[in-house]
Amino acid sequence: MSEQHRSVTLTVNGRTHQFDVPVRRLLSDAIRHDVGLTGTHVGCEHGVCGACTVLMDGRPVRSCLLFAVSADGAAITTVEGLAAADGTRHPVQQAFTECHALQCGFCTPGFLTTIAAALEDNSHPSEEQAEEIISGNLCRCTGYQNIKAAVLRAAELKRAAG
Amino acid sequence: MTQIFGEPITRREDARLTTGRGRFLDDLGRHALAAAFVRSPHAHARVREIDVTAPLDVEGLIGIYTYDDLDGPLAEPLPLLIPHPTLTAGRTAYPLANGIVRHVGEPIAMVVATDRYVAEDVAGLIEVTYEPLPPVVGLTASRDGDLLVHDDLPDNVAAHLMQQTGDVDAELAAAPNTVTFTQTIERSASMPLEGRGVYARWDAQDDSLRVYSSTQTSTSVRAAIAAKLELSPGKVEVIAPDVGGGFGVKIVHPWPEELLIPWAARLLDREVKWVEDRREHFISSAHERGQIQDITAGYDDEGRLLALDVRIWHDHGAYTPYGIIVPIITSTQLLGPYKPRAYRCAIDSMYTNTVIVTPYRGAGRPQGCFAMERTMDRIADALGLDRAVVRERNLIQPDEFPYDQGLTFQDGRPLIYDSGDYPESLRMIRELVGWDDFETVRSQAAAEGRTVGIGMACYVEGTGVGPYEGGHVQVENSGRVLVSTGLTSQGQGHETVFAQIVAQELGVPLDDVVVTTGDTRRFGYAVGTFASRAAVMSGNAVALAARNVRAKALRIAADALECSVDDLDIIDGVVQVKGDPSAAMALSTVAVLSNPLRYAFDNAARAATQFAPRADPLRAPVDEDDEPGLENRDYYSPIRSTFASGMHSAVVEIDRDTCETKILRYAVVHDCGNLINPMIVEGQIHGGVAQGVGGALYEVMHYDEHGQLLNASFMDFLMPYATEIPHIETAHLQTPSPLNPLGIKGAGEAGVIPGSACLASAIEDALGVRISAMPVSPSDLFELLATDPERTRRGSR
Repeated sequence: MSEQHRSVTLTVNGRTHQFDVPVRRLLSDAIRHDVGLTGTHVGCEHGVCGACTVLMDGRPVRSCLLFAVSADGAAITTVEGLAAADGTRHPVQQAFTECHALQCGFCTPGFLTTIAAALEDNSHPSEEQAEEIISGNLCRCTGYQNIKAAVLRAAELKRAAG
Repeated sequence: MTQIFGEPITRREDARLTTGRGRFLDDLGRHALAAAFVRSPHAHARVREIDVTAPLDVEGLIGIYTYDDLDGPLAEPLPLLIPHPTLTAGRTAYPLANGIVRHVGEPIAMVVATDRYVAEDVAGLIEVTYEPLPPVVGLTASRDGDLLVHDDLPDNVAAHLMQQTGDVDAELAAAPNTVTFTQTIERSASMPLEGRGVYARWDAQDDSLRVYSSTQTSTSVRAAIAAKLELSPGKVEVIAPDVGGGFGVKIVHPWPEELLIPWAARLLDREVKWVEDRREHFISSAHERGQIQDITAGYDDEGRLLALDVRIWHDHGAYTPYGIIVPIITSTQLLGPYKPRAYRCAIDSMYTNTVIVTPYRGAGRPQGCFAMERTMDRIADALGLDRAVVRERNLIQPDEFPYDQGLTFQDGRPLIYDSGDYPESLRMIRELVGWDDFETVRSQAAAEGRTVGIGMACYVEGTGVGPYEGGHVQVENSGRVLVSTGLTSQGQGHETVFAQIVAQELGVPLDDVVVTTGDTRRFGYAVGTFASRAAVMSGNAVALAARNVRAKALRIAADALECSVDDLDIIDGVVQVKGDPSAAMALSTVAVLSNPLRYAFDNAARAATQFAPRADPLRAPVDEDDEPGLENRDYYSPIRSTFASGMHSAVVEIDRDTCETKILRYAVVHDCGNLINPMIVEGQIHGGVAQGVGGALYEVMHYDEHGQLLNASFMDFLMPYATEIPHIETAHLQTPSPLNPLGIKGAGEAGVIPGSACLASAIEDALGVRISAMPVSPSDLFELLATDPERTRRGSR
């Protein structure tokens, strides 16, 4: 038995990668193993926990629920791509530190990408909206209180940065 | 000197973890072979045949291994980690099933292939012939004893444990009032977002092994691998990389995979990795909590508890690799901040055909707290007293410390509380939550047609259990300070808090301190991260080592500056004469001088060479009682545990139509002695409370009568999202521990302990129905409202 392969082209954090993958390879696995960016984590492989969330053409998607071949041609942003080109951390990354919004850090990349995308749509979220923004991601360490605070702080930092 | 200890300093781990540069287990070994396991689909069965012929032509298959391939110590049952005199019928599994499986998920065959997809293909093609046996599911079935988990154990009992103090029978007989009730608490699990995982590299030239494991104890995993693979421990390195949460489940070791993956790496002379998937975590790691409790309490008319008689059946699953630590903790920590005249707790630790039960954050304490706190509520209810008042009348008083409960704790040492101020905690929680004004809140809510209630629960937590931890502190010639300790980290911020301790003790900038944990290459002696012990044990060990380094630095600098040690201080990494900053020497220079050299490898080193001006020809370069280098290793080994405590209070609202429980307020008063970093302590409390809420309202392992876990996914096992967790209000009390140099107590588990007791109390208060089983779902409440026979007596609100 041998597997069927396809060539895929992914633009990940602005850099284009072309490689052959087995057609059943999950996007999460392709990002981690083929592209070699391990910041995207896999917590459940059934789309519930949100740790594997990446931005596909700017929208958050669960990379464990997509095949790599179905993302062919897409622009992907992972947690490694959130910081500015000069290495300055994204406001949400900064806010997570300031608010102690992470402990073990395993779920964190999925929260960061989710929140980063949400702040593009809503630069001034309310407390209720902050909760709504993160309500699809699981964290077992923090109890979410500081993550909610980090959403508000990230928005503040982002507005201040213009 | 800037204050560093005690400050809410942001974490040094975060720069890495927020930018995708963490190194979790599955981030390592990109080109390693991948393993997958064939696991039993039956809860109880004989394995008749394993036919591996079907997948033999699968491209990418490297090897298939069953029990018959194992030899030597690896073919023996896994270790029973914590023996205990009452654990008379302990049983452990084999790394791969040896003819019989006793829970769904037990490993039967290991497949190694070029990638995980292929390995799973192969696992799916292996045909195992089973002879199913009737399974024992649930404590009631186990207690009945009609069916057996291990056929040589006719009552399914592994251990009968008894803890007692005073004459319970006499006190009960003499008590003016008694109450007897039964309650149950269901299974949940640690459920870290990262499952377990192992990655092994064998070096055939060197006959040595390096293993990365997502573990809470790298040193003990090393010892187990060395023993089972018959290697010298010096030839085995075990490293816990960034670990994505543990909460207890990763303290168990060696997991079968922690032996089989290194074994395969050596056998194949290839790198091999296995990463647990979520279903595997549900069915082959560990759960906790399940108990049935029969409670009889005797009390006087003032609500003082005279005697408490508790009978517990504890479900430990199919095997007992971690001994009976969980029920031991339940039986001892049950007493909380109270002092009944007489107490007896008898526990049967029972086998069932389900996943093993080992510590999950709280480790038996939530069950004990549930027993005691619900007893307090029953007494208050029977006497028509305020629940806080009944608790107040039973508290150990501040002048009674050290308080000896007359029992033996989980470390084999007497259960003696070192310090605390429980009446002050109670005063603080009443004030924080507005306990005394709650009737106004209740009336206002009632006027709006809303049903609310308030609950309270108190706990004492033995933390920082021994036997020991160590710390190593070294000042490099650059002035950088390297700190290492053997215990591991799973998100507690050890890189930050241990750096705070060392920076403060040594007198150096925080940014100069670099901390390594859980790496046997750096520190070989350690126990592990569990029992809220890391800050207490390793925190004090690195403090002691830092103090020794400081003393040595002062001695060397005094020599060089020709002054007395007493005249010197270390400020921001510079040793200076007090009051004369011009007479100073950087700690980096002291580090250079601490190591007498023959060879000057750089300019700094010239100062320490044998022809340098300060070399004293009349003294040996290294004194008899000295050693080269500005470094020290020290250990902290406590005489016994230190006891943290706290009280929680929750206000809930129950929707009368949907029976959904909404937590309106959740207040926490917490005492863990001196705080190293209040921000991190708060974070620990938040996370614990969230797990307490999960255990009280949502999380339960649903086994059917066949022993199938019906909700083995995040779709069906309801872990709380942000929408389920209330805002947590906290207040801190600090009663330093007299037992350790830093006066600290553990904080890791506290948040979870009173969750079920507190929320049961609040829901009961809201609805007037008796809550005696946790978790409590909306359907449970609906049933209770329809059927509770006691409700009329107590009146519905």
